[in-house]
Amino acid sequence: MKMIPVSTRINGDEREFLCAPDETLLDVLRDRLGLTGSKEGCGTGDCGACSVMLNGRLVCSCLVLAAESEGAEVETIEGMAEGQVLHPLQRVFIEKAALQCGICTPGILVAAKALLEKNPDPSETEIRYWLAGNLCRCTGYDKIIRAVQEAAAEIRRLQP
Amino acid sequence: MTFQSGAKRDFQVVGKRLVRPDGIDKVTGKALYGADFSAPGMLFGRVLRSPHPHARIVSIDVSAAESLEGVKAIVTGWDLAEPEDEAIRDIRDNCLARDKVLYDGHAVAAVAATSKSIAKEAIRLIKVEYEILPHVTDVDVAFRPDAPAVQEGRSDETVPEESSPNITRRFEFGHGNLEDCFAKADKIVERSFKTAATHQGYIEPHACLASLGSDGRGELWCCTQGQYLVRTVCSEILGLEASQLRVTASEIGGGFGGKTTVFIEPVALALSGKAGRPVKLVMSREEVFRASGPTCSSSIDVKIGMTKDGRITAGEAVLRYSGGAFPCETVQFGSQAAFAAYDLDAVKTHGFNVMTNRPKEVAYRAPGAPMAVYAVESVVDELCQEFDLDPLEVRLKNAARKGTLSAYGPTFNEIGLMATLEAAKAHPHYSAPLGPNQGRGLSCGFWFNFGGNTCVSLNINSDGTVGVVEGNPDIGGSRASISMMAAEELGVPYEKVRTVIADTNTLGYNDTTDGSRVTFAVGLATIEAARDAIKEMCGRVAKLWGIDEEAVIWENGCAKPASSNAGDFEPMSLADIAAIADNTGGPIAGHYEVNADGAGVSFGVHLCDVEVDRETGSTQILRYTVFQDAGKAVHPDYVEGQMQGGAVQGIGWALNEEYIYGEDGKLQNAGFLDYRVPVASDLPQIDTVILEIPNPGHPYGVRGVGETSIVPPLAAISNAVCRATGVRMTELPLSPARLQKALQEA
Repeated sequence: MKMIPVSTRINGDEREFLCAPDETLLDVLRDRLGLTGSKEGCGTGDCGACSVMLNGRLVCSCLVLAAESEGAEVETIEGMAEGQVLHPLQRVFIEKAALQCGICTPGILVAAKALLEKNPDPSETEIRYWLAGNLCRCTGYDKIIRAVQEAAAEIRRLQP
Repeated sequence: MTFQSGAKRDFQVVGKRLVRPDGIDKVTGKALYGADFSAPGMLFGRVLRSPHPHARIVSIDVSAAESLEGVKAIVTGWDLAEPEDEAIRDIRDNCLARDKVLYDGHAVAAVAATSKSIAKEAIRLIKVEYEILPHVTDVDVAFRPDAPAVQEGRSDETVPEESSPNITRRFEFGHGNLEDCFAKADKIVERSFKTAATHQGYIEPHACLASLGSDGRGELWCCTQGQYLVRTVCSEILGLEASQLRVTASEIGGGFGGKTTVFIEPVALALSGKAGRPVKLVMSREEVFRASGPTCSSSIDVKIGMTKDGRITAGEAVLRYSGGAFPCETVQFGSQAAFAAYDLDAVKTHGFNVMTNRPKEVAYRAPGAPMAVYAVESVVDELCQEFDLDPLEVRLKNAARKGTLSAYGPTFNEIGLMATLEAAKAHPHYSAPLGPNQGRGLSCGFWFNFGGNTCVSLNINSDGTVGVVEGNPDIGGSRASISMMAAEELGVPYEKVRTVIADTNTLGYNDTTDGSRVTFAVGLATIEAARDAIKEMCGRVAKLWGIDEEAVIWENGCAKPASSNAGDFEPMSLADIAAIADNTGGPIAGHYEVNADGAGVSFGVHLCDVEVDRETGSTQILRYTVFQDAGKAVHPDYVEGQMQGGAVQGIGWALNEEYIYGEDGKLQNAGFLDYRVPVASDLPQIDTVILEIPNPGHPYGVRGVGETSIVPPLAAISNAVCRATGVRMTELPLSPARLQKALQEA
């Protein structure tokens, strides 16, 4: 199978890779670039554990072909904190016990960040519908929703 | 084992909502789960699975696959060893079939290749000739004497002759004279129920990385609830010595009981042994549904008698569970748990395990209890409606309490059911108004809890910090709770303690993370290991001070003279003692090994309000409150998390989740799109009320909390739906189509 050369910017860094035509962006992130923070829970776009931002849009990276990311800006969970400083969502998730096993957490954080960038003051219902594509089997979502609300309030306070 | 029970203790660390030590790794993507490991020269494995629910394997031709470039090893069931233990042979035959395939998705062969795509292609090139056999997937059909036999000769002596060949075992529990006690009832209700098999639905598929050398030494990294169990089973299946197979548990992306066995680990080891290279094997989600273990499907008959003032006179149940294509004991737990919440003069349960052509059952949170309690709590609710009695008052009137001879044998010690029911009664939720098409349901729930084999080492570091080494994967915050108990006992700040999870060669044997045992049993062993280290430290200080060991006590993290009679010495802190350990006898550590008893049963009560859309048959959960006895909540956030998570899994079981098999015996919904677990927009907030009725079997009063919460939702929701619509549903899930049909027929 002929390999395809791809140039992207991932979490601000230039990354070049070769991929097969049938490889997904998730495969490349995990297997070729060592970015295993994005998780594969289903491979069919149902669970959201592989959520990343592609050119500013929230996508399931298991449904994107790696070759499609040519020239794209990709943001993954590994790029969410700035150095040692956690994003407020990350910090509040820890403080409010919004994770148990943690496997869905990267995808939920990426998705929640995308929500707050679009809508800094979402209602509980808006958060629940936005995150309906991110499955969590441990928490019953309760503490996740509350953590997103709290982080949103904190971000609003910091950026009036 | 005895501890000062009931003694009110002023906790310094336990009971606080502290930040978990693995938090940063898990919010930044650094934490390594099962599929996140790689090794030099690693190959990719893939499994060929049966397309038939039941067939004899006539031949397997691997020649074309073998000659594909990049294929390095192929294995079938015949490459595995012959374990002595029958249960482990079943696990082996489930990992790779030998003579027969027993369900759609049963593994037949596996390959290891240099890339995922070559492995995928190689699987397509393996030719298997099958002789198709008649199949059965429904528990009631399989129960009939003329049903197709899933396996022959698997019934034990408890099974009556002339029964179906699929019945492997029969259980019986209870006490009292049923006939006399049913005669005292003003009304007897008999109902039959069915519940679908559901899957644990952990978001992380099974994954492992195996490396096995020609010298019989192996390394295995995998996501599991029990690395020691994996070692035992894999070494038997591969014919290895346990000491030579080191198993390291990765971070685990959910288990709920489903990761208490092996599916792919022996296969990956066998492939690695053949290829001489490390092999990574990861299940797809479809494979998880088709071939890892769901819970049992069930068919249950319940008969309960009640007086018109609400006293239950007798209860009886027949439970038929199918644990898939192999013998399974889960119906035992269902038969024991069914009536556990009640104080009954006469009670009897009969449980049967029935084989069907479905995947081999694996534990799922309170295994066997939810469906049994659903059936019993539905009939109790129906009797309350019959006599127009308050369902909470009826539970209070009949509730098991201290001194009750339980329906399954033991006499209860301190239990929290009455307190939990009282809390529900007093809660504003219970008296809140309801609108049209809305109903409120409730149910009790129960789980035994478990202690088990546990081994902990606790090291005092020279800088005054503490390392705890334990052997149970952290599935939902246990590193935090174990560190908290160590800090509490030693009197040091929580931040000074780091808890790590050992591989199988670093620490003695530990039972699997199951049965809600970790916070109880590992916590107990950690506290005892801390006491062991304290004894050592006090001994060394006594020598320094030149006084008797008994004259030194440990208080607030310091060794002190027991009284002024012992002498006038400055207290020495843990850090002081640690700093001079070199000169007082060397490293300081505490150890504790135990097969822990006294786990203390757990009860909960759930209140649930629903609204039913009569047109579509869809049920919306409007309000949900969980009341549960935690004994002592070590970390309240994670106790609440267990209560909420279990409740939502139970909501899924009640409303959506089911294994759907076609006439062809194939699973029709092997994906998250068609097997619908609850999503955030399906749910309201899940409110929690933690009760703390100390468990006398634990130094801090801890009871396990993980399992009970999945038990009540099934009946609570079904009872609420009945009160909203007037229709009593006897089959789960209450999917919109099923409920709509029932509403139309009513």
